[in-house]
Amino acid sequence: METILLLAHTETDGSLAQSAREALHVAATLHKSVAVSQLVVGLIGENVQSAADAIAACPATKYFGVIGKDFSQSRYATDTAAAEAICRTSGATVVVAPATSRWNRVLAGVAQRLGGHVDTHINGVSANDGKIAVNRWYYRQRMEAVLNRKQRPWFMLIDPGSQPACQSRSGTASIKNVVVELSDACKRTTVIGVREPAADAQTIRPDAQLLFVTGAGWTKKQADGQPHVPEAEKLIRGFLQLSRASLGSSKSLVDQSGEGQAILSFLSHLNQIGQTGATPRHPKGLSTCCHGEEPHTVGWRFVAERRAINLDPNCGWARGKADVLYVADAFKVMTKVNELLAAKT
Amino acid sequence: MNTVYQIVVCAGIVPDPLQTLEPVASPSGPALKNEMMLPAVLDPWASHSLYEAANLAKHLPGSKVWLVSLGPKAKLQQVMMTVAQKVPFELVALDGPGGGFTEAAEVAAMLAEAIQAIPGLDKSKLLVFGGWESASRGAGATMQMVGERLGIMDQFQGVDELKIAADGSLEILERIEGGKHQISKCAGLPALLGWATGNLPEPKNNPQIGMVNMRTVMPALQKAKPVKFAGDGLSFVNVALPKQLRETRIVKDKSPDDVAKEIIEWIKK
Ligand SMILES: Cc1cc2nc3c(=O)[nH]c(=O)nc-3n(C[C@H](O)[C@H](O)[C@H](O)COP(=O)(O)OP(=O)(O)OC[C@H]3O[C@@H](n4cnc5c(N)ncnc54)[C@H](O)[C@@H]3O)c2cc1C
Repeated sequence: METILLLAHTETDGSLAQSAREALHVAATLHKSVAVSQLVVGLIGENVQSAADAIAACPATKYFGVIGKDFSQSRYATDTAAAEAICRTSGATVVVAPATSRWNRVLAGVAQRLGGHVDTHINGVSANDGKIAVNRWYYRQRMEAVLNRKQRPWFMLIDPGSQPACQSRSGTASIKNVVVELSDACKRTTVIGVREPAADAQTIRPDAQLLFVTGAGWTKKQADGQPHVPEAEKLIRGFLQLSRASLGSSKSLVDQSGEGQAILSFLSHLNQIGQTGATPRHPKGLSTCCHGEEPHTVGWRFVAERRAINLDPNCGWARGKADVLYVADAFKVMTKVNELLAAKT
Repeated sequence: MNTVYQIVVCAGIVPDPLQTLEPVASPSGPALKNEMMLPAVLDPWASHSLYEAANLAKHLPGSKVWLVSLGPKAKLQQVMMTVAQKVPFELVALDGPGGGFTEAAEVAAMLAEAIQAIPGLDKSKLLVFGGWESASRGAGATMQMVGERLGIMDQFQGVDELKIAADGSLEILERIEGGKHQISKCAGLPALLGWATGNLPEPKNNPQIGMVNMRTVMPALQKAKPVKFAGDGLSFVNVALPKQLRETRIVKDKSPDDVAKEIIEWIKK
């Protein structure tokens, strides 16, 4: 029998994130398709009752919790101890968890401790005749594999945004408290805060409908033989304010800051999309002044509709990487786009 | 501060990202077409960790960097010709499959064993570095498993910054959701850091560093331990390239005003 454990941590306010509900959807669907299986839930956090209650109508038969102040922090030593204890107590054979930064840091370690195996960045789970298979990408989204494993426990980290969220109704869950004794060695690390740009300067907006990508062309010499960086900065900033898009960038543009060039002040490596950058999920993406080379466009794998503005009709986007390529000057187009957006607001 | 650090960097090799990759079936499971012919580079995020390690060692006299790398010997040698010119390190080489379809757990076991065999290794001075994800398997699992095998309980992933305070404590910035960083303080060593991009540019090639490194790189390659992976229990049902390319509509003759209008309509849809 498979014991399918949905393993989640609570947020700072005690709630469950959307990504946890997505992982629950996967776990519940799997439970439905594997005839001889049971679904259980494990929660970790300072307090987990309200999170468990929020999903109490899901098909899980048992709830396990590791609770306390020590488990509110996103910290390797305490999170591995808590996850290990829940896995052991529940006898989980399949552990489904959301691929949050917190779980990404620890669950491979927990798998190692339990003699199990782990697959990450999963964007599909299925079961055929009781045989479970997962889908994940290899070589930075260049090829997709379907694989299965004999070993248990099998840890599965589900990529946020890749699955629908479980809409199970609330109720009252009865939680078995799993006690975890922590040695001092588990508390050598303390989370002391979060660094983030001021709210109006935050350009990364994971929930935005549109990903707006800027490339090195914005800082290059234009038709008049001169670069126009301040103008580029104004146009991009203006568009972000008006459209509420999330800002992505090519590597070439973010790297310029390290080479002493005049650059766009609000860009950092966190904005980089591609091989050595992010692979965000957005319904639409608009690329500007970016050539669309493969190491960049692998980061667009999960952007559904794609358009690009580039002066070069032979740029990478023209070769099947965008739905529409506008061969045009992005300075001129974005000036007009901003005018139109401003007129509408 | 006169602490001496032992910084062990784990970095594999991957195909140059500019290459086109195609999966093929091989007797030992999926592989890449012409895998041995593809030009290789040091795994990008792990490379950043190497530069960060070298920078740290430079500022902490007496500290030393080891580079532990597992890959086919011939490929490792080719990659080392460039990497050895970047920063000073001592190579520990393992001769085995370097592709993305191998098991993180098996790779981790080999890396941990190689680290434990480094003469004079002292855990109270140990920092283990690597990339937070590889450009091949891209799982972000290997480093944690290496850490577990070495008994390192302070682990960090997606690291962009490490500062060491006068009392030897570490302040670490890790990438979290929504373009933010989590700030953690760790009382001391040993610690394991899976790096993201960090803050350092790629160092320029320096032939002098290359000459010094090569004195240990070649012997390390010669005595590289051969490793084999069983991949037991794992089976690939299918490995495929993404479905067809898009049919790009190329719009050439529209005025910027018309393009702008079309884009607005599309955004609003
Ligand atoms: C190991 C490795 C990892 C890499 N990882 C990444 C990664 O994660 N992400 C990434 O992006 N790249 C990555 N790259 C780099 C990648 O190969 C390209 O070099 C990079 O994406 C190019 O950036 P770009 O398109 O902005 O710049 P360029 O190639 O310089 O292109 C600029 C474009 O701007 C256009 N342009 C100029 N002016 C205008 C205008 N007025 N209007 C419209 N268009 C204009 C030009 O026609 C040109 O197409 C990686 C490379 C390597 C080797």
